[in-house]
Amino acid sequence: MEDIKPIMFKVTVDGVEVEVAPGTTIMQAARKIGPEVAPPAMCYYEPLKGTGGKCRACLVKVAAGSAKDPRPMPKLVASCITPVQDGMIVENFTSPQVVEARKAVVEFLLLNHPLDCPVCDQAGECHLQDFSYENGVGTTRYEEERRTFEKEDIGPYIQLHMTRCVLCYRCVYTADQLTDGRVHGVMGRGDHAEISTYIGRAIDNDFSGNVIDVCPVGALTDKTYRFKNRVWFSKPVDAHCDCEKCSGNVQLWYRGDEVIRVTARKNEWGEVKEFICNACRFEKKKTSDWVIEGPSKVKRASVISANKYAGNLIKKPDFALKLAESQYKKIDDTRPFVSEMSEIKKSEDYKTLMQQNENYFKK
Amino acid sequence: MQLTNRAKKTDKSEMSLFERSYLPSLATGLGITIRHFFMKKPTIEYPEQKRYLGPVFRGHHILKRDEEGRERCTACGLCAVACPAEAISMVAQERVKGEEHLYREEKYAAVYEINMLRCIFCGLCEEACPKQAVYLRHDMFVPVFSDRKDVIYGKDQLVEDMNHRYQRDAWTKEDAQKLWK
Repeated sequence: MEDIKPIMFKVTVDGVEVEVAPGTTIMQAARKIGPEVAPPAMCYYEPLKGTGGKCRACLVKVAAGSAKDPRPMPKLVASCITPVQDGMIVENFTSPQVVEARKAVVEFLLLNHPLDCPVCDQAGECHLQDFSYENGVGTTRYEEERRTFEKEDIGPYIQLHMTRCVLCYRCVYTADQLTDGRVHGVMGRGDHAEISTYIGRAIDNDFSGNVIDVCPVGALTDKTYRFKNRVWFSKPVDAHCDCEKCSGNVQLWYRGDEVIRVTARKNEWGEVKEFICNACRFEKKKTSDWVIEGPSKVKRASVISANKYAGNLIKKPDFALKLAESQYKKIDDTRPFVSEMSEIKKSEDYKTLMQQNENYFKK
Repeated sequence: MQLTNRAKKTDKSEMSLFERSYLPSLATGLGITIRHFFMKKPTIEYPEQKRYLGPVFRGHHILKRDEEGRERCTACGLCAVACPAEAISMVAQERVKGEEHLYREEKYAAVYEINMLRCIFCGLCEEACPKQAVYLRHDMFVPVFSDRKDVIYGKDQLVEDMNHRYQRDAWTKEDAQKLWK
């Protein structure tokens, strides 16, 4: 019998070689190597089909198209939608052209994005913050008036701030693929494009809350969490529950001993693999509703790991105190008190002590 | 061996009878004492008189208001996360309609507390503030407290009084550096 080996493509990203199956995108190949070479992504979301190719944050340079045709690609390509070819050489952070292009992408994304991070609930876990901090420049050249929108109410649970939207379409894909019956989408074109619901139809699907987690910026936020706390003052804890609708694997965000927010768990790329239902997200806000697995892993670079969790309300386990209490013994004060050294030397206690000492420190 | 030039050569020759009487040394010493009576005093009578501490002194905290008297603080929590002594805590609230003249931003600090026993007056909160809201006054100390109840300063003690606004030569670190040039 012959061994059927699957055909594997060799791809080099930033000088690191990796073997991937045909049909993989450059982004997935780079993510296979690790976060040091993976391009940033604002719109691409692996669990959602069809995402990517909108924000241009993941532009990379292809220095050699394939082993058969080693000519470079004429323009920078979006790595999240470009499939790999055998022998492809990709330059990401090593290419000055890419670094320069990303600065421009940051500037474009921030054209209409308001500078209201101090007010925004997403600050601290915002992908746009990370992206612009890591790849952008500190200043802007934009002088015109920013695009603003009328506030729109899209239901009791989800807050939509259209001004903060970067039009990544992630929430639209979530609504399309996760929930049955699409109730919100993009209206208008170009500069006027806007995420909205059809008038009078609020999102009331069971999984609609996932658009909050999917949103890379603070355009869609949790109304039940609105202005309750800053992200870095709340402590994330992994927990699960038996839910009929969803997996029940969530992250609880604690302030003191109060659950102020429930979110789905995100992987290292900031993507949710197991979407959770609205009942878990918005209604179960008591510790007794959940089985706690332990504190979530937070990246050291994240401000959440600054360990400034608000309120000294987190009760420390009283185990140590109980142990001390159980082992507490009163000192025996009934022994006779002798002040004369000569008498002490004569005593039996002293002699045994000296004997012990000699056994310890042999000459 | 000579290591430095700072060594002083002492005169160890035999003293004359007049010198041995110590009268000339006594007179010189007394002369110095008397001269100091008429010199300008370098000290001041502290609690009554106070000296200007410079434009960059860090004293009493203040939560600034803007030109229209609205509070600048938006309870973003950056001062609290920057604070190495964890002295600052706050509770945010959403501004409702009709409060636009009170608060500048959509969100404001309903409670803003600084524990003055914890505060080390490092000024990191001032540097962290993105809204130019919190400052450490250069002209005012935090008064001595005699009770633990007085230690936590709330918004009533921190928010700027519009009748006596806090003025300063330099509002940013960069401006303060220019003052020295």
